[in-house]
Amino acid sequence: MDFLKGTGVTLRVTFIGLLLGMALGLPLALMRTYGSKPVSKFAETYIALFRGTPLMVQLFLIYFGLPDFGITLERLTAACISLGLNSAAYQAEYFRGAFTSIGLGQMMAARALGMSKIKAIFYIIIPQALRLVVPGWANEAIGMLRASSVIFLIAILDVMGVGKVLSGRYFTPMASYSAVAIIYVILVLSMGWGLNKLENSLRIPGLQVELRK
Amino acid sequence: MLFPELLEAITSKVPWNIILNTFQVLLKGMVVTVEVAVGALFLGIVLGLVLGLGRVYGGSLVSKVIAIFVLILRALPPVLTIFILFYAVTSIINLPPLLAGILSLGLSSGAFQAEIFRGAILGVPDGQMISARALGMTKGEAIRTIIIPQAFRLAIPSWSNEAALVIKNSSLVYVLGIPDMMRQAQYAAARTAEPFLIFSLTALAYYLLILLANKGLSALDQKFRIPTLELEL
Amino acid sequence: MNNQPVIACQDIHKKFGQTEVLKGVSFDVFNSEVIVIIGPSGTGKSTLLRCLNLLTIPDQGKVWLEGEEITAPKVDINVVRQKMGMVFQDFNLFSHLTAIDNINVGLEKVCHFKKNEANEKALMHLNQVGLVDKKDLYPGQLSGGQQQRVAIARALAMDPVVMLFDEPTSALDPELIGEVLIVMKNLAKSGMTMIMVSHELGFAREVSNRIIFMENGVIGEQGSPEKLFTNPQNARTAQFLHKINELYGSTEEEQIAGKDVL
Repeated sequence: MDFLKGTGVTLRVTFIGLLLGMALGLPLALMRTYGSKPVSKFAETYIALFRGTPLMVQLFLIYFGLPDFGITLERLTAACISLGLNSAAYQAEYFRGAFTSIGLGQMMAARALGMSKIKAIFYIIIPQALRLVVPGWANEAIGMLRASSVIFLIAILDVMGVGKVLSGRYFTPMASYSAVAIIYVILVLSMGWGLNKLENSLRIPGLQVELRK
Repeated sequence: MLFPELLEAITSKVPWNIILNTFQVLLKGMVVTVEVAVGALFLGIVLGLVLGLGRVYGGSLVSKVIAIFVLILRALPPVLTIFILFYAVTSIINLPPLLAGILSLGLSSGAFQAEIFRGAILGVPDGQMISARALGMTKGEAIRTIIIPQAFRLAIPSWSNEAALVIKNSSLVYVLGIPDMMRQAQYAAARTAEPFLIFSLTALAYYLLILLANKGLSALDQKFRIPTLELEL
Repeated sequence: MNNQPVIACQDIHKKFGQTEVLKGVSFDVFNSEVIVIIGPSGTGKSTLLRCLNLLTIPDQGKVWLEGEEITAPKVDINVVRQKMGMVFQDFNLFSHLTAIDNINVGLEKVCHFKKNEANEKALMHLNQVGLVDKKDLYPGQLSGGQQQRVAIARALAMDPVVMLFDEPTSALDPELIGEVLIVMKNLAKSGMTMIMVSHELGFAREVSNRIIFMENGVIGEQGSPEKLFTNPQNARTAQFLHKINELYGSTEEEQIAGKDVL
């Protein structure tokens, strides 16, 4: 029973983290690719910092460190924000890859028709980028599912957290953690299968989809 | 004009003694972190190569078994792998936490490196193997002298990525009580009651470590680069 | 009738890094003229074309469209570009849209047409290039020649006053070049003002009013096809034309080879 609740927490946090990551990641990628020099540099720095430091440190900074400035967050909120900010950096890179593979030519053609930069980005670049980014994004989704396990370190009862509590309560670490392992394998495999189906349904004939292994 | 005031503000407001102390402490932890990361990466290479080669050249049954093994390990969060291995191993033999940490991290990394090497081996054009065999080499000789050197170069970018990942994941071994950077940071944060400062410095320390690793691997990449036609674009 | 040039440029300079690609180019194009710009690679022909619709901003010099200076500071370049159609060497069709939607998107999002009005107009232009039956296919499903024809229809749908072609057939397989040239020939016949960068000398000879030969970032020579092919003033022009004729073969080759142009 506890494991069921734990799974719910894990899935919820993963979902929110991914969504937040996308909401931040796409604008970051746009800033990095099409922004002016200072804007692009800012995005570049953000991405480098969040990808170049461990998720755990970021989590601790937000949960334990922010209270120094008077910002005290609930555990779950801190976890979701931390996962989201981290994911944004990785998703930004996937989107940037998609923008680059779409190429300069279509942007030129859109501008030649008289579209403003913003219109061109909105109607031509983004619709394609969203499709090109799916494999990378699927990768990130699964990565997020696995990375979310660190939140048990701030006493959140996700799958990992439940496993830890149970192993302490019944002195059966192997059994508890094996159960956790089985749950993760099931979650990851089903997510992978689901995302694969999504990828296939979004395929446009002739549109080159980046094959990322 | 405002210089002396500015200087005074900097020297009094900023807790320099804490920062200096933290650096000392983090440095101690960094040694351990590097030990763990390097140990894990090394184990990972060995495991990854064996699994990768086995997957590509091992024949249908071996390939499938390895594929499932790798799939499971890649599906599990690194923390979990660390825990499971730690409890599994320490119930049989008494392993010092440091080794247990390196072992579990190495196993997890090995599964990912297996995929990297598999991709790199498959990335070498088919024609290379064919010509090697046509010259009369055995499969083993061909793999050793023709395929692996080329696959090695193809693998460097993805491997640099994995190296950075292992350095970051090494922070997870602190749960086993290993005195790496993360644990030192926690002690310092508790001691000084300045968590934001401490963890910011810790983040900086990891960042610099990864930067260094990337620079080193980049240099390696340059050194082993096979000269090609450099296009003047 | 207004004898003002449809499009004019004066003293265009452009540098890329250390290399100065355009070193002072000026010319006028009048209504219904078909201009073909030829010359060795790297002489800035494509750059010049892109300076005309400001996809590349010249370092120096001015451009006028229908008498209005478009290089002036306060000009809304997006409005100006609607009046100039551009066709690219690599087609640059929008990969995520069907053929007809490639044309619709400009009409709906830039000209603010209603959906059905846009569709009607798009169909008409697709018909103009002979591809109505392919309207629901994606660019990835079309051949190069078909893609380029859709690209031409896309540009025409904006009702431009001048069409700019940047080596429209250079990326096409030989068998597919013909279908694109036919469309362009018909367009010229209908009176559209066209400026084209191309290696298709046969086409240039047949359809153009004026050929501009570019070399070293400036205009080496310009004149009617007959003049340039049979009696070029500039030695380099003759050299270039002779080389190209050798490559593609021409019935006039003997004439040119025979003439002593030095």
